[in-house]
Amino acid sequence: MIALSAMYLADRLVRLSGVDLGIIAIYFALVIGIGFYLKRFATTGEDFFLAGREMTAWVAGLAFVSANLGSLELLGWAGNAYQYGIMSAHWYWVGAIPAMVFLGLVMMPFYYISKTHSVPGYLKLRYGPEASGLSAITFAVMTILMSGVNMYAMALVMRVVLGWDIHFSIWVSSLTVGVYVASGGLFSAIFNEVLQFFLIWFGALLIPILGLVETGGWQGMVARIHQNFPGQDFTHLWGPMRSFADNPMGIHWTGIVFGLGAVQAMGYWTTDFLVVQRVLSAKDVRSAKLAPIIGSFFKMAVPLIVILPGLLGRAVLPMHLLPGGEAGPGQYKYDDVLPLMLARYCGPGLLGLGITALVAGFMAGMAGNVSAFATVWTYDIYRPYIRKSAPDQHYVAMGRWCTIIGLVVSIGTAYLVMKFASMMDYVQALFGFFIAPLFATVLLGMLWKRVTRAAGFWGLLAGVFSSVTMFTLMKLDQRWVAIFALSPIAKGLAQAMYQALWSCVICAVVTVLVSLITKPRRDEELRGLVYSLTDVAHEENASWLQRPVVWGAAALVLFVILQIIFW
Amino acid sequence: MSERHHIIPVWFFVGLLLFVYGWMILVSGLAEWSHPSDTVLANLHAPVWWGALLIILGSIYCLMFRPNKTH
Repeated sequence: MIALSAMYLADRLVRLSGVDLGIIAIYFALVIGIGFYLKRFATTGEDFFLAGREMTAWVAGLAFVSANLGSLELLGWAGNAYQYGIMSAHWYWVGAIPAMVFLGLVMMPFYYISKTHSVPGYLKLRYGPEASGLSAITFAVMTILMSGVNMYAMALVMRVVLGWDIHFSIWVSSLTVGVYVASGGLFSAIFNEVLQFFLIWFGALLIPILGLVETGGWQGMVARIHQNFPGQDFTHLWGPMRSFADNPMGIHWTGIVFGLGAVQAMGYWTTDFLVVQRVLSAKDVRSAKLAPIIGSFFKMAVPLIVILPGLLGRAVLPMHLLPGGEAGPGQYKYDDVLPLMLARYCGPGLLGLGITALVAGFMAGMAGNVSAFATVWTYDIYRPYIRKSAPDQHYVAMGRWCTIIGLVVSIGTAYLVMKFASMMDYVQALFGFFIAPLFATVLLGMLWKRVTRAAGFWGLLAGVFSSVTMFTLMKLDQRWVAIFALSPIAKGLAQAMYQALWSCVICAVVTVLVSLITKPRRDEELRGLVYSLTDVAHEENASWLQRPVVWGAAALVLFVILQIIFW
Repeated sequence: MSERHHIIPVWFFVGLLLFVYGWMILVSGLAEWSHPSDTVLANLHAPVWWGALLIILGSIYCLMFRPNKTH
């Protein structure tokens, strides 16, 4: 134990051996090689931006989940699990599974049948250029900021774990991502997301396995947590949310169900183009419907390698981790828990695999952001507003340049992010700004043909504006927290949940009101875009094992069982 | 995965990576068998059985999705 503590207190957690460095080097060589290999296939716009629309449901489904399994997932949520306990798993279960099933069964057919290349592209077809332009610009801003967050997170880990210079890490990872995404476009991004999926599982799965061996299983872990932190409940999902004061997050169950499950998760998983783009690459409608449902099963398992290590950190780490702003020299933050656990259990070879998994997660996150940014910029901003009719090759070249420019802007963003105390609060705030109102706009547009062009724009604008206003007021004066988040003790994540909920409600109300006083579009213009005017292919002729609705129901049943087990 | 473009399936690359990593980790684990690293539960020799698992899975993927078979 003394030797272990001394290792933690050194200027870096671990020193990599030759085999570790070899494992990392092989990964970098492979992803760059794959990028060059795939370049020859990314010749048209559809190839570069949508991977030729020929991915199977499994590939699209794994890429769909992996695009969300970047640095924030691994580090941020392991840190949140240490800070808040198993309640953090809500972001993987109620905050993902119903939304993924809903995307597959209800929304994906519209995206796919309309042959849109992006979510703003769908808005353009449904509402016109005003709502589409607003959505495209806000998405582009959010994506680049997210990319910067990814870079910062990666550089932070490299500094904590390996002692690498933070600037060196940012530039090396950016160059690598730039080479492989600019070469193969979405082909490259998806290939590397699938690789990353396997690396993360095989690199991180040993932590919970060995952690549970050390603690003597789940019950042993719970007993140790209670011993180390008496009087606090870190191991129940719903029980501690009967009141705001009963849990370390300061949130009520209504915030999780309505703010996270019904608004934020639905908004993120169904309208964030970064993840939806992966499903749009599917080869047919059935694959597009199945991909998010396949992804939902894997998503349900991710807490095993992210949340459980955070909980195990509470049980076995000899030191207490601190919030980001309070950790001094020689002390560690919540977000350091995953690298600390990796260093605890993994020696040469396994350590290299774990570090490679982290690096792969970071780079895939960046790649996802820049590939989505390149698509939205090229198709939803550049083509409609700057150069309307150009050869397909011109737009492919623009996509490649956008990848590079997006990375350069992301690097600048990464340096900005360093000034924020908590990167997760920052990202949750971003989601609330854009995603929650967008969900209301897209969903109302799909389900209600009466929604008008003006209503789409003004509703979205009102939602984004109200979200930014709430965020700013809560940051400026704590009294606003009690009003918007319903409790003065609500922490950052809880505030973000209610901010998302109210901004979505405001967007929906404004959209409905404006629709009622403006002229609707003709039915002929809305065919293929609105539920009541679209013939969605059903699966009566397919065997029940091939029907997306069967697997969607199975995912929901499993989801409910998990809630009961960890209630 | 890609009929139109005849791209090597991503699963082959997955298998290749797991196979190579498996051998590196297995050999590393065997090399330190008598002098385990200074980590918790090092006596379980996780690198040996984890490396073997990666080799097996990597071999299966490489064989199932090798380029000559799928093209």
